[in-house]
Parts: sequence; structure tokens; C-alpha cells
Amino acid sequence: MSKKILLDQINVPGIRTYEVYRKEGGYASVEKAIKAMTPDEVVEEVKKSGLRGRGGAGFPAGMKWSFIDKKSGKPRHLVCNADESEPGTFKDRYLMEFLPHLLIEGMITSSFALGANLSYIYIRGEYMWVYKILERAIAEAKAAGWLGKNILGSGYDLELHVHCGAGAYICGEETALIESLEGKRGNPRIKPPFPAVSGLWANPTVVNNVETIASVPWIVNNSGDDYAKIGVGRSTGTKLISASGHVKNPGVYEIELGLTVDEFMNSDEYLGGMYSDRPLKALIPGGSSVPILPADLIYKTTNGEDRLMTYESLSDGGFATGSMLGSGGFIVYDDTACIVRNTWNFSRFYHHESCGQCTPCREGTGWLEKVLWRIENGQGREEDIDLLWSIQSKIEGNTICPLGDAASWPVAAAIRHFREEFEYHIRFPEKIKNRNHFVAEPFSQVKHLVTKQTV
Amino acid sequence: MKVTIDGQEIEVEAGTTILQAARKLGGESVPPAMCYYSKLKGSGGKCRCCLVEVAKGSDADPRPMPKLMASCVTGCMDGMEINSKNSDRVREARESVTEFLLINHPLDCPVCDQAGECDLQNLSFEHGKSKTRFIEEKRTFEPEDIGPNIQLHMNRCILCQRCVQVADQLTDNRVHGVMDRGDHANISTCISKAIDNEFSGNMIDVCPVGALTDKTFRFKSRVWFDKPYNAHRECKTPGCCGKTTIWMFGEEIQRVTGRKDEYHEVEEFICNSCRFDHKQPSDWVIEGPRKFEKDSVINQNNYTQKLETVTINTEEGILKGREGDRKKISMSDIGYDEKIDGEKLNSDK
Repeated sequence: MSKKILLDQINVPGIRTYEVYRKEGGYASVEKAIKAMTPDEVVEEVKKSGLRGRGGAGFPAGMKWSFIDKKSGKPRHLVCNADESEPGTFKDRYLMEFLPHLLIEGMITSSFALGANLSYIYIRGEYMWVYKILERAIAEAKAAGWLGKNILGSGYDLELHVHCGAGAYICGEETALIESLEGKRGNPRIKPPFPAVSGLWANPTVVNNVETIASVPWIVNNSGDDYAKIGVGRSTGTKLISASGHVKNPGVYEIELGLTVDEFMNSDEYLGGMYSDRPLKALIPGGSSVPILPADLIYKTTNGEDRLMTYESLSDGGFATGSMLGSGGFIVYDDTACIVRNTWNFSRFYHHESCGQCTPCREGTGWLEKVLWRIENGQGREEDIDLLWSIQSKIEGNTICPLGDAASWPVAAAIRHFREEFEYHIRFPEKIKNRNHFVAEPFSQVKHLVTKQTV
Repeated sequence: MKVTIDGQEIEVEAGTTILQAARKLGGESVPPAMCYYSKLKGSGGKCRCCLVEVAKGSDADPRPMPKLMASCVTGCMDGMEINSKNSDRVREARESVTEFLLINHPLDCPVCDQAGECDLQNLSFEHGKSKTRFIEEKRTFEPEDIGPNIQLHMNRCILCQRCVQVADQLTDNRVHGVMDRGDHANISTCISKAIDNEFSGNMIDVCPVGALTDKTFRFKSRVWFDKPYNAHRECKTPGCCGKTTIWMFGEEIQRVTGRKDEYHEVEEFICNSCRFDHKQPSDWVIEGPRKFEKDSVINQNNYTQKLETVTINTEEGILKGREGDRKKISMSDIGYDEKIDGEKLNSDK
């Protein structure tokens, strides 16, 4: 059984309330940090832990903290990115909904480490009920003296606010989030300057994901070295994975990084294998924006080793044979799934959510979606597959923020691994008219039609 | 600090962007820019036309930058080496941006008031293709009057947001901006307000395409038929320099604009009164003809240089029929019952 450090207390009755949380040892990291440590020592522990940002990019959290400009003399801010909007990812919601005080404890400890006196939790607009849970938890923490002026008589002050966004995916990008928090349209900023130098109201700012911040109390309580012992190599600690799709036990799981994909997929402790015992067709390991993996690349890397739930193993060999751990949105497909429709669906999402600020993303995401729609609806042309490949390659890397890459990678991976399925859609439009065309006749049964003569 | 662009070294001050350094250097290495406008703070970085390859970050950190960088917002570092026109990646990226910009931009140059002065037209001459791969329906909007002097043709807008920055930085109480998002994003007023600020006309000048047009000039003339002159007047509007370019057709002032530099950026902003209300030659002190770059469409009607006599040698047959046409061009000579081929409308033939 994997070690639990985030969801350890999830089953304690009433853990959502301050009294129970405190009784279970909550807020100990705040006490320890404020009374027994300097802010730099807290940063050092986080650095030692090897904790990597859990929002998707996996950048080392301690290093990010050390970039903050302390010499400017300006106020500093910590902003918690709770704008969880990646399709397939729903782990932060779980954490905030059931353990709100864990996040608040992490916010206080992290704010102390950064020297921030005003911090924010920026939450996704659709999570209104979670917003209310957090509001109440903040009020409880404030009433108990963990927030406000002169916390624990140390002279350290901290105000913490929850800010509800209007429900735009792009506001999960840290600079767009800051713009939105400032009351502006949520458009990403050009970097540099990075938020650590000029962020919220041009002050040095650190933006961290919910799960990242919630990991800090354990690190402070137990030490960074102990945290680094969990996991494998540079993928230290535990990770929340939100699993969905054709599996027996979808849900949110905390795993130790380094678990094999096979065990996570098939053991009863986790996903319990495929729903209805149908064959596994594909897997997206890190939320909709990361490349899809076909069945033959899911359990083994190119070296023939077991594929692990780590940043390195999942990206093995680059996108030709690998993917990314991303935000941990684990989406599983059985053989009845239509990859073309799935790719179109994701494309539709990125088209809808593009902020429209830069040209390749604004125009390219729309074009991708339109071409995919035609292919999925039996109006594809032979040249459309190459056209899709060309469009996605022109978006990737040329945009202001990573949304362009997020729109481009699923299309690239789908064509790379499932080109025959696109060809089938184009060559046999009458066969794919039925919305559930692969349910009765999975692609494996009709594959021979396109392999005989390629488009 | 020293930077090298396409093999040409230039010394620039700290804080200079790659685009500014390239402009100092001049020539073909200057990246195109659709959203950057040196006179507007915070502009740039959006259109991605000016992407360049940074082959060497600096002397201190010589690693190349993995992605192409927007030259208008990327600062120079000492020892930086940049490839602009010399890079295949850059050329490909600019072609991509041009293609993306043109998928929804209508090719209505024959009727667009911006023809001859359009940055997108110039970009597509340089980096465009003769064929489009986009077969889907283009997005369309109804033309919108956004004030007494300006008409918005959203179909042509490329969302460079220069007009929004003009409104932010030159006028009080901006009433327009970007609505919606993605390729649904559009410029509009909130809600159905009129843009009537004294400096709002500058939005027309900064628009790189024909999205914002001067209602006092629309369809009056093609710019290459007009003769531009530098002119000035004593303008009492605070903030207005009173220095303009007036565009004349014969003795008539067709339109008034700010004076633009070689990168089509106005040197100084002018007020609406100069732009829209003073259309009499007597309102202005005319300084002399304005010069344009050699390759400009406007330069085709260049009257500042002495024209050589041009002789067109054609075969007689090519001009056959022209005489008849010439008669018919004068519509008053044609009866209402006459068809264009010369036959009577009710003829049995």
C-alpha cells in the first residue's frame, strides 16, 4: 500500500472542521515554522524535498520559491492556483472539498517562507461550493488566530483571501491568473518578467498549485529529506491522480511516485482493471493536454522497462513513445472509444478556451477543431490528416502561453499513434455515421479495411 | 552591448529589444510587426509575426533559446546572436502566422480602404502563399458604426489590440475593447457606446489592416490616387502636435492623417479636430510633398520624382475594340434601351 501524506486523514469524520483538524494535529507545521524556523529554512526544506509543482509542469517548487525577488523591498504574495480546469483532472477539488484546512495550513506555512503578508487562493468559478467551504475554513482559522495580525505572537501578519474566477481555462496559466486576480481580462502576460520578479500588482509573486501547497505541511513537519525518500529519482513524494474513463474504480488516488502503471491500472487497490473487461486501447496519463499513449506503449518504456508513474518514465523518449505525468488526470479508453471523436472533443475545448490574444492559438485552434469535426462527421478529405499535422506543428511553441501546446499535442499524438483510425473515418464515411460506431464494431475489427491500402 | 543579427553586428543600449536593434540596423533583417507599435506602451508579443531565432543567448550564457522569441518583447543581451531572415525556422513561422491571419481575413483588398497601406497585405506579399488551405467558412461580423467618425469592419480585424491601447493611453474613459475569446474575440464598444473622444481618430492610424476606417474618407478614393503632403496648423487642442499628412485629390483634401515613419507608425498623435474637421486647403500650411518608401504602393503614383517618358509598344490587335468601349464608358451617350453590345434591348437578334 502506498504511503499517504495528503489524504491520510481523509476518512476522519468531521475533518473538514477546524476543531477536528486541529485535534488530529493540524496546523503543527505553522507552529513549527513560525516558532522554530526562519523563512529561509522552510524554503531550504522544500528544496531538499525535491517537491515538483503538481499543476502539470513539474518545476521544482523550492527553486521557484528561491527565485522570488527579496531585494526589491516590495510586498510579496503567494497565490494558490486552484483554477483546476484541465479536462480529466479533478484532484484539487477533492483535496479542497474534504481537507480545506490542509490547504490553508500549507498557505500559511508557505506564505511565511516567502515573506508574504497577503495571499490568495484563486479558485475556478465552477467550484462555487468549494469556494464556500474554503471561505468558512478561512474564517475558522482566522478566529483561532492562525491568520491576521501577529500570528502566534511572532509579529508575522497574513491575510488570506479566496477569489472566485469566472470559469476560464486560461486563468489556470499563472500570468493570466494574476491578470484575472487584478480584475482584468484573463490574458497571459508576456514572460519575462516572471511573476517571481513582477507578478500580482507588479510585486514578486509565487503561484503554486493546490496539491503543491498542501504538501508543504508534511515536509515542514517531517523534513525535506524524509519527503525525498518517498518516490523515485527526481520524482519525489506522492501524487494525487484523478482517474476516469473505462476503468472499474474511477476516482482520486494518492500514489507514491514510482508505482508501476500496470499496478495502478490493474490492482484492486487502485483502478481495478478495465470496466467490462474490454481490451485497453489508449491512455492519457496527465490530463487532456498531454499526448495519448496507445496500448502497446502504456506498460513498457522503449527500453523494455516497466513504465512508472513518474515524470521521467511517462515522458520516456519524448512524445514519439512517451507522454507526461502532467496534472495527473488519468483517462483510460477501451477499444470502443473513437480516438478521432475524442481528439475533436479536446480540440473543441481548446478552441473554446483560447484567449484569442496571439495569432497561432486564436486561429489555429479553431481551424484544428473545424477539420477534426469534418473528419468525425464523414466529410474528411484525404489531405486533411496532413493538414492537421501541419496546423498543430505551426501552433506548437509559437504561442504566448502553453495553451497552444496543450491544443497541439493531443492532435499530434492522436495522428502519430492512431493515423489509421483517421484514414478509416475519411475512407468510410458511411460507416462512421452512427455516433457509437466503434461500440458494436471496435476499430480492431475493421482495421484491415485501411491497412490493405493506405490513403 | 553588442548583438549580432543575421551576421551583422550592432551596438545597442541596455533595454533595447531585438526588434528595435533590427530596426536600427535596417534592411531585410527587420522582422515584420503587426501588433507592436513603438509609440504605445505594452504593445507587442501578440501577433507572433516578429518571431526570431536566438542562436546564442549572450556571452554569459551562450545557450540558444529553444523556442522562437517574439523580437518586439525580447530584450537584447550582450553577445546575443539572432537569426531573422537567415533562419528557415523563422521563415516558416512567419509563413505560418501569415496563413493563420489570412484564414479569417477576407481578401477584399479591391474594396478595402486600407489597400495600399495595409501591413497584412505587405506581410502576405513577403510571406504569404498563393493558395489557401482553409476551406471552412470564415467568421463574419456586421460592420459597426462605433462613433460619428469611425466604422469598424470586424471581419478584417486581426486582434492586434493597438486600438485598445490607443484608447487606454490617449483617451479618457475607454469605451471599447476585446469581447469574447478565441477566434470569437472581437473588438466592440460596451455596450453600443459611441467613441467620440478627441483622440479617438488615432485608432484608425494605428490599425494595421482595414478594420477601423475613417468615415469621412471611406470609398472616396484609392490612396494611390491621392497626393500626400506634409502640412501643419496651429492646433489648440492640448496634446495635439498639429503636424499631419494631408491627402489631396486635385484641390480637395480627401483625408488627414498623422505623419507615419518607415514602419508605418505615426510620429506624433493628432486630434480629431485636425483629422476630421479641417478639410480646406486654407486650414493648413502645406510644407511640401511627402516621400514614401520605394516599394510602397503609394509610391507608384510618385510625383516627387521626374517621370521618364514611357512608350508602350503594342500590337494593334490588342487595342482592337477599345474605341467602341471608350464611347460606351460615357453612359450619357447610350440610350436606355440600348444593350452594352450595341444591340437594341428589344432587338429580335
